[in-house]
Amino acid sequence: MLNVKVHNLSLKNPVLTASGTFGYGEEFADFIDLNRLGGFVVKGTTGTHREGNPYPRMVETPSGMLNSVGLQNGGVEKFCSEVYHRIKHLDTNIIVNVSGSSIEEYCSVAEQIDALDKIPAIELNISCPNVKCGGMGFGTSPDMASQVVAAVRKVYHKTLIVKLSPNVTSIAEIAKAVEGAGADSVSLINTLLGMAIDIERRRPFMANVTGGLSGPAVKPVAVRMVWQVAHAVKIPVVGLGGICTAEDAIEFLMAGATAIEVGTANFIDPAVTVKIIDGMEAWCKNHGIKDINEIIGII
Amino acid sequence: MKEIHDFKVLERRQLGSRYFALVLGHGGRMPAVAPGQFVEVLVEGEPKVMLRRPISVHDVDEERGTMTLLIQIVGNGTRKLAALQPDDKLNMVYPLGHGFSTDIPAGSSVLMVGGGAGIAPLLHLSKVLKDRGVDCTILLGGRTAELIPVRDEFEPYGRLCIATDDGSLGHKGLVVEHPSFSESYDMIYTCGPTPMMKAVARSAAQRGIRCEVSLENMMACGVGACLCCVTDTDQGHRCVCKDGPVFDISTLKKWYQC
Repeated sequence: MLNVKVHNLSLKNPVLTASGTFGYGEEFADFIDLNRLGGFVVKGTTGTHREGNPYPRMVETPSGMLNSVGLQNGGVEKFCSEVYHRIKHLDTNIIVNVSGSSIEEYCSVAEQIDALDKIPAIELNISCPNVKCGGMGFGTSPDMASQVVAAVRKVYHKTLIVKLSPNVTSIAEIAKAVEGAGADSVSLINTLLGMAIDIERRRPFMANVTGGLSGPAVKPVAVRMVWQVAHAVKIPVVGLGGICTAEDAIEFLMAGATAIEVGTANFIDPAVTVKIIDGMEAWCKNHGIKDINEIIGII
Repeated sequence: MKEIHDFKVLERRQLGSRYFALVLGHGGRMPAVAPGQFVEVLVEGEPKVMLRRPISVHDVDEERGTMTLLIQIVGNGTRKLAALQPDDKLNMVYPLGHGFSTDIPAGSSVLMVGGGAGIAPLLHLSKVLKDRGVDCTILLGGRTAELIPVRDEFEPYGRLCIATDDGSLGHKGLVVEHPSFSESYDMIYTCGPTPMMKAVARSAAQRGIRCEVSLENMMACGVGACLCCVTDTDQGHRCVCKDGPVFDISTLKKWYQC
């Protein structure tokens, strides 16, 4: 009833997790059966080990949070030699979020992940707002976006999802550019660039000054962008931004998303993903829907 | 194994104007909670609060299946929690993090230095260590006597020493100026305000005494997934929620030296 397909990727249900909010899945294994997920997207992975930004890296804001972690990760070699072997037995789609500071770095990471049998897809992160070089720099110009996607397309042979930034004038234009460059799917939205000031200390809350806004606060923006992109491209759209409930997930599907990612909500309830899956199934039953694909993109 | 559970407030005690304690149970068996581990509580009914709040475990009664949290009222989240009454529900994710080392040989002599809300995890620690035959000195500090709640609870578990800035109780001055601080110990544990912990760590390092500190950084996930709460260790950024909150100072030279 909940099966969907994102390009060649078959998902037992549309529920994925958002990169950076779910570690490598293992962190949540005490709370949920990871095999119930449609899949999960692991932490952003770069060519070499990164320490990320200094602390403080987060601040809670109304119905959301700002973070500026800055792609802290152990690097692609460590992922391939250590983390992959700990999680590859799972019966779900493990998607690696791939990031970099240069086209060469993106390609090198993608190529190394391509060689891993149990990783059926990557999510190319051209939208991280918290790193100085690369990241969002690639995702805010159609030209740059299409260059990096075309280069990665040459070396990566499985499902290529490109994660888009909302910090642009026209997200549909970027989506069309990456579709033209060979992306199999787009996921959106990454976080919205924001800032918060501690007025008593008269300084920004975060060491990096600005950060990415996530959580329920961004959901209407994300739904709007998913709807715009779904009408602009033919490739499947993965929707994310503030999804906390099954109803939120269904809203994204109606707006045009084939699958969704749950992010910040994992922090509030580490078992929220399975509740969303169960809730979507119950919603379909209650509404006489036999196949979830019936409601995708009906708006 | 970590769990998510709805607990019931069995008892609530107000401790002066700034602190309160909640005794919580869920009617079933709890996984073992090590001293220094913490819980993430869900604050409900407060629109300004979305993320869980990390609170250290003050006391555990394994036979009764209860846990006690000692909470300082500091912001919107803890203010809302202060309104909880007996029979109210509190959802918790627990037990989280890496706690204090308790594999200390019987007959050893240890010092615990607590300040403010940082005294909370030291009660569970002192009980566990006393059971192991460890000789505990418990040194608690605060600006005034009122700001050192539940000090009497520690009395059965070791030698209790108090330092207050205003001299309203015990030694007048900082904890590191208390005579008991400069005695010889096999191990020092500390939890409290950062400047206090850094002073304790520097002194322990100088004297060659093994020392563990319990850090408190702003957190989101509590399980090592989001990497928001990192501290700068000698091995790079480490999560306070997962690799800590308790760290041996031998990995924190950069932290305590500045």
